[in-house]
Amino acid sequence: MNFWEYLGSRHQQLLTDAYQHASAVFQCMVVATVIGVLIGVATYRSDWAGSVATTATSTILTIPSLAMIGLLIPIVGLGVAPTVVALTLYGLLPIVRNSIVGLRGVDSTLVDAARGIGMSRTAQLLRVELPLAWPPILTGIRVATQMLMGIAAIAAFASGPGLGNEIFRGIASLGSKNALNQVLAGTLGIVVLALLFDAAYVLIGRLTIPRGIRA
Amino acid sequence: MPESVTTTGATPPGDPAPSGGSDETKATGATIELENLTKRYPGAADAAVDSVNMEIKAGELVIFVGPSGCGKSTTLKMINRLIEPTGGRIRIGGEDVTDMDSVKLRRKIGYAIQSSGLFPHMTVAQNIALVPRMVGWSKSKIKGRVEEMLDLVGLDPGEFRGRYPRQLSGGQQQRVGVARALAADPPVLLMDEPFGAVDPITRDHLQDELIRLQHELHKTIVFVTHDFDEAIKLGDRIAVLREHSHIAQFDTPEAILTNPADDFVSGFVGAGAALKRLNLTRVRDVEIRDYPTVTVDDPLQDIFDKLRSGKVNEILLLDKRGRPYKWLRRGDMMRARGSLARAGTLVHDTVTRDATLRDALEAVLTDNAGRVAVTGRRGAYEGVVDMQTLMNSVHELLEADRLDAMEHQHELEEQRHAQTLQAQEGGGTGEVPR
Ligand SMILES: Nc1ncnc2c1ncn2[C@@H]1O[C@H](COP(=O)(O)OP(=O)(O)OP(=O)(O)O)[C@@H](O)[C@H]1O
Ligand SMILES: [Mg+2]
Repeated sequence: MNFWEYLGSRHQQLLTDAYQHASAVFQCMVVATVIGVLIGVATYRSDWAGSVATTATSTILTIPSLAMIGLLIPIVGLGVAPTVVALTLYGLLPIVRNSIVGLRGVDSTLVDAARGIGMSRTAQLLRVELPLAWPPILTGIRVATQMLMGIAAIAAFASGPGLGNEIFRGIASLGSKNALNQVLAGTLGIVVLALLFDAAYVLIGRLTIPRGIRA
Repeated sequence: MPESVTTTGATPPGDPAPSGGSDETKATGATIELENLTKRYPGAADAAVDSVNMEIKAGELVIFVGPSGCGKSTTLKMINRLIEPTGGRIRIGGEDVTDMDSVKLRRKIGYAIQSSGLFPHMTVAQNIALVPRMVGWSKSKIKGRVEEMLDLVGLDPGEFRGRYPRQLSGGQQQRVGVARALAADPPVLLMDEPFGAVDPITRDHLQDELIRLQHELHKTIVFVTHDFDEAIKLGDRIAVLREHSHIAQFDTPEAILTNPADDFVSGFVGAGAALKRLNLTRVRDVEIRDYPTVTVDDPLQDIFDKLRSGKVNEILLLDKRGRPYKWLRRGDMMRARGSLARAGTLVHDTVTRDATLRDALEAVLTDNAGRVAVTGRRGAYEGVVDMQTLMNSVHELLEADRLDAMEHQHELEEQRHAQTLQAQEGGGTGEVPR
């Protein structure tokens, strides 16, 4: 069976895996974005808290993903839970870092002006600082998503959902006639998903970055 | 604080406020009183602003001027409590605002800064609408107000409303910054070097614009600059500040120019105080001489007769609409063989009655015969100013200033003396200073 025949015969399973893969990454990204931006907002004003936040999230990134999932299994069990926790933690780093950098990068005279015309602290943040910091934050989200696409494949190790299952099945049966096809299908699927997500981010950028600050 | 009255359907921009009625009644501004106002930054040995006392009248435009780092901005930002004072009181319109909610306070005080401070992700209209929205105006009222403000600062609403700040020139951004500061009709406007970042020509225009605006609006404006010429041009009164925001002198531009309180102030006034004084007086304030004139429509014979009558060396030839056209000297007609088109020298420079004496002097100095024609409506001839009149006027002005200053000083001394007498309660030594 060549690769195309393989795809033809297994497309049902592949599509389900791809959908679950994308869905896991998407949901974890939403959670990571909310938590990451909140951490950024809570810490960017203080030198000390800002560096603690970035160091903590960088440390998470140095843990190999396989090890991380392995460590999580005894705590949260098998299946979806370790996948979600691991993906969210990994996704945090670029988002927290870019939120802090972006919020700190807002021109201080603009913050001064916002205060000067009578904006409350919340209004300053929501109407001025976050919109101006949004382009770097969005970049962080984009980088995080691409990273999670790969890491999500490892989730199959903990019986998680997604295209990783295809790859792991292939690796487990190396030498059999479909092994290579399975690995190839899983990998290509992830690449295609990553490209689709990236295209979506370009679109989101167009729609959400105000025209006045678009490059 | 009394609600300031919004004059909807106000006089169209550019129209001078109706004359008559005292200035006080027209002022929409509020008084500002600073009492022992002090700011000590954490960790600093000396106070950045040390016990400033100042009273600013309603509708007055006061300038803070002084060397870099003397505490101008700190003092200004304490008025809207962008910087919290560490001591002293602030009263606006008689109300103590030192402890009121600072966010609410700032919505009643316009604030304009260098490089405009416009939010780049909002359109011009959105920027201007910010404060009215925060104080809860209705949508339709805000829309009308945005148009009105753009008109006020001389920008066409249709063209500029939808633009983003980066699509504006520096001068236009600054205008929008001022419009935003004035949008909710605050009685007080604080400006921190608002024209510091634009080129000299644009700055000049913006200054003229501010003078016109203030003429219409009568806000209380506190304006920070380190450009003394700007201070003279704009200020009703100027506070010259030295380190720790100590007031070296707080007086009218005229008084500071002619009677600087000490070496620090004279150093700041710089060389050429008399020349700067010329900026404060207009041609309409000095004597304008009549000059013999003829018009191009007069018969040639009359022109010859006038020139030959011997009373004058030179006459001014006016064109059909009465505008200065040529200077004619006695021999000119002869040399041009009676042709008006060829005779005489073209008038290349005129001044209006609104020109400053400095402009007039400039024109007189560059004119080869040392005189300049003064024109009125549509450039029509009104008279002539020459070196002699200018010199006399300037001497008179300076002399009058000097007398004023002396009188002022005398009054102060008498006041002080009366206070001492009062303090001593009759146990006086009886020595009267002369
Ligand atoms: N946030 C701050 N923390 C500590 N010191 C400050 C702070 N802001 C200003 N200062 C100090 O207070 C003094 C007055 O500063 P301020 O900004 O009021 O000066 P300025 O007169 O506006 O000067 P410039 O003309 O340069 O704008 C300076 O010595 C400055 O170093
Ligand atoms: Mg300053």
